[in-house]
Formats: sequence, C-alpha cells, structure tokens
Amino acid sequence: MGVLEVSVAGQAGDFHLDAGFEAGPGITALFGHSGAGKTTILKMIAGMTRPRTGRIAAEGRVLFDSGAGIDLSLPRRQVGFVFQDGRLFPHLSVRRNLTYARWAGKRPATRPFEEVVALLGLESHLDRSPTTLSGGERQRVAIGRALLSDPAILLMDEPLSSLDHARRLEILPYIEAIRDETAVPIVYVSHEIDEVARLADTVVVLEQGRMLAAGPAAEIFGRLDLGDTLGRQEAGALVEGTVSAVEPEYGVAIIEAGGAQLELVGEGFGTGEAVRLRIRARDVAIALQLQTGYSIRNQLPCIVEEIVSADPAFVEVALKLGSQRLRSRITRKSADEMALAPGQEAVALLKAVSVERRVARHHREKSPH
Amino acid sequence: MLLGETEAAVVLLSAEVALTAIAFSLIPGFAVAWLLARGRFRGKSLLQAVITLPLVLPPVVTGYGLLLLFGSKGPLGSFLEDNFGIVFAFRWTGAALAAAVMAFPLMVRPMQLSIEAADPGLEDAARTLGASRIMTFLTVLLPLALPGVIAGSILAFARAIGEFGATITFVANIPGQTQTMSLAIYSLLQSPTGDQAAARLILFSIVLSVLAIVASEWFAHRLARKRG
Repeated sequence: MGVLEVSVAGQAGDFHLDAGFEAGPGITALFGHSGAGKTTILKMIAGMTRPRTGRIAAEGRVLFDSGAGIDLSLPRRQVGFVFQDGRLFPHLSVRRNLTYARWAGKRPATRPFEEVVALLGLESHLDRSPTTLSGGERQRVAIGRALLSDPAILLMDEPLSSLDHARRLEILPYIEAIRDETAVPIVYVSHEIDEVARLADTVVVLEQGRMLAAGPAAEIFGRLDLGDTLGRQEAGALVEGTVSAVEPEYGVAIIEAGGAQLELVGEGFGTGEAVRLRIRARDVAIALQLQTGYSIRNQLPCIVEEIVSADPAFVEVALKLGSQRLRSRITRKSADEMALAPGQEAVALLKAVSVERRVARHHREKSPH
Repeated sequence: MLLGETEAAVVLLSAEVALTAIAFSLIPGFAVAWLLARGRFRGKSLLQAVITLPLVLPPVVTGYGLLLLFGSKGPLGSFLEDNFGIVFAFRWTGAALAAAVMAFPLMVRPMQLSIEAADPGLEDAARTLGASRIMTFLTVLLPLALPGVIAGSILAFARAIGEFGATITFVANIPGQTQTMSLAIYSLLQSPTGDQAAARLILFSIVLSVLAIVASEWFAHRLARKRG
C-alpha cells in the first residue's frame, strides 16, 4: 500500500480529469503542461475541490470516498499545502505565520519550531512582516508553515514557479532537506522537467486530465513514448549511481552505475555518495564497438532495447545499461546504416561533460545556504 | 467650547442614537458586504440596489417608508411591539433605526471593498493549517477587512449623527426623545433666541466631523503601514 492513494474523476477546467496513482515515500512529482490537471488533483487531495467520484487515502486514512460518502473537511485532512504564490498572511509576522497551525488550528506541532526554522534558514526573519520578504524567503516561510502544521503529507503546487532561476536553485536544496530529514511524503506539482528530474522519486505524467504514465522516476524518464509531454530537446534518462572514486588531480569522479563505470567532471564529490545523473538523449552517441584513440571517455557497453521514430530525421534508441536505461537520439540515417536492431550489443558514447550531477541523495554534505 | 445643559443632552442623545445604529448595523452590514463581495446567487444586483436605495431616495421618502413599516400600526412595528415590546414610533429607538437605515449603504460599501480585496486563497491556506471556519474568519478575513470595517463605521457614524429627513418624518422632532443634533439645530434656527445655541451646536458638529475624518484616515494609514 502506498503512502498516498489517489483515484479521482471530475471536472478540471474545460476537460474531464481522470487519474489514479499511488505515491510512495519521498517526492512524487505530478508533471505535465499547464492546464493538464495537476493543480486540480492537488486541490482534490487537500479538499478544496471535490472530485465527482473517486477515493483518496493518505497514510491509511481515507480522506475522500464517494462510494462510502466520506469527504473530510480541509482542516481534518491534515494535509500541508504550499501554494504557488506562498499565501502568507500579510497581517501577521513571519513567526505568527509559522505558528499559525498551532495557535489557530489547535494542532500541536510534533516537529520542534526551532528545528524547522533552522532547516529552512529562517532564524533572522522571524519578526519581519511577510510583505518585506523576497520571493524565495516567502516560499521558505510557506514551506515551514505547512511543515509545522504536522501534515501527514505535504502538497506543493509549483512552489518555485514565481521565482527566477537563481532563486529556484536556492530553494531546491531546502526541499531536498525536507525530503531527507523529515520523512514527510511530498507531492510536487511542476511543469519544469529539470525540477522533476532532480527531485522526484515517483513521477506521474498528466496530459489534458488524462494520466499518461506513473512510476519510478528513472523508469518514466527512460520511456520513449512520452516524448511530446516530457519534451524532445530535454528528453533524457535518469541514472542512479554511486561515487566509487575521485581523482582530484583531474577534477573527475568515477561513478558506478548499472554495473558500468562513468567518469564525470565535477568538484565536491565524496566517495560513497549516491548521485542521480541525467543524461540527455541528444548527448549520447552510439558505436558498434569500443573506440580507441578517442576523446570521449565514457564508453558504456549496452544492449539496444527499443528504437522509436522521433521525427522524420531522428530516432530515439533505448539502451539497457545493466539494470538501468540510457536514451540516445541519433539520425535515422545513421541508425539505418548501422543496422541497429533491438537485442543488439552496442556502445553508448557519452561526453563526460554532458553528465551532470543532479541529486546527492541520502547524503547532505553541508546544510544548504 | 461650552455647551449648555440642553445642548449637552442633545449631543449625548445624538451620540447614543448614532452609536446604537452602528452597533446594530455592524454584523448585518458585514454579512451583507460579504454576500455582495463573495456570494454567487441570483438577485445579487437586486440586493445591491435595495441596500443602496436609502442613499438615492429622498430621506423623507425613506422616513415615510419606515413609518409605514415600523409605525405602531405598521406590520413590522405592531409585530415587534406585540411580541418583543420593542417600540420605534416617536422614540429614540426609532431615531436610531432611521439613522441605521440611512447609514447602512455607507457602512457596507467600504466593508465590501475590503472583503473583495482580501484574497480568498488566504482562507483556504488557513483551513489547510487546521483552522475552523470561525477561526479562519476571526484570524484572516476579519483582520484583513478591518480597515473597511473601521472606515465604514466612521462614515456611517458621521451620516447617522447628521441624519435629518428620515428621522423627522419617522419619529418627529421631540426634545429629549428624538431631537438629535440636526433636528435641534433646525429647531433653534427657527426660534428667534436660538442663534447662539445653534452656533455652538453647529461648531460642535463641524469639529466632530473633522475628527471623524482624521480618525478614519489615521486608521487607514496605520493599517496600510502595518501591511507594508
């Protein structure tokens, strides 16, 4: 049984919404273009919008069940909600906002106030008015306020969309810190593939109210049939790995992933650290044999699993790398000339620079600031 | 400024009438303002029109309407007298009712505007944090709408203090009972010896009005500053 079970049908804007998924611990991303019904699903979980039919249960508690006539009111659902626009109470100080659930909602916080304040770096802002905060600070207060309401589950509705790129990068580590340190399951709505790739453990892909796919992040990112929704240019596989060695003299780290070794450029890696790599399909070339005398360092023996036409000129190739999956986008012409076919052995060529470290999971080197 | 004993009594009566009118209008005023700001129902524009009516009707007509409804023979007047012992006709309570009706639209309008300006999303946020509907109202909507409540009350108070037409038509001009400031000034100006007393009351009413405006501005400013 998942931490959150959702199966709902109802109206979302102009179209019919129909979605059913289970979310486990960690972060579940609801991903899709704007208007796909992501926010509507969050509102249904929180109790702000009523599904026509369906069932919603969180941590074994039934929040809504049209069959059984259960429809808990908002306060009784115990669901934390972080809104896109923060929605801090402008007439209350940051401190009063953070403690709102305690004094107005009569919810005893199980998490110590000081701990949440420290986790989100809000110590010096407690006595300020929310109207004087920057966008990033405001979202941090909003996250803290939701966290201090003792939620069984935390819903985040595009919490970064009102922020510029630099501010987003500033907030993401805080969200990761919450995932790693509080064990509150998070449902995270986003239309930014980068955020999803970085944060999500489980991904639910929505399009016009329909659920296209749901599953572990690496599995969803590895699928070739979601191209239009996940975006062609940004399409790429997620690979989970562990740092097995670092070579500081070259500024590279060796990552063990799916039985293969990848070499990637980057500072600050620690041996034993778990990392998630995002490898864009456009950065992966395919060879039939190992190459020598070649500047590309990462040559990974794979097996061709699937070949799908992306458009008239290109094909997408799924490659099996141990237990994981890589994606490659090559021209149809080279695929034909190489006579690529499923089951065939091949070598994936990755430029070392194209491999980015995205997530340091289950391991925080330093508190985010 | 020194007021004679009778003039002081007039001022006190006016204050009592106006404050009673405000006190009894606050809750229905806020409810109507909320309905107009947030409600989605048929007949909303009709409600808006009915509320605004006393502002556009000749006050004498409003007063006559009150007389027909709340006079001792009026349907509401006799009902209230028989069942609750409440009498409006030719009593200070009638003056308060007239003042309340006349001031109501002025009270509702600023409240309505401030409720419209308050983001309903904040109330959703409060509810997800465990607040009951009552707590949400008390801790979110009411504080956010407070500038409107204060502005509306001050405007309504000023209107109630100055009420003339509806009052004199509904409950006449009875010294010590329904003779509020405006009515007293009117009576004094009719009498050949009343000029001085009238002047004192006129001055007093001017001071009172200026104070009301200053107070309302001060509250609005203070709240605006507090919100940044």
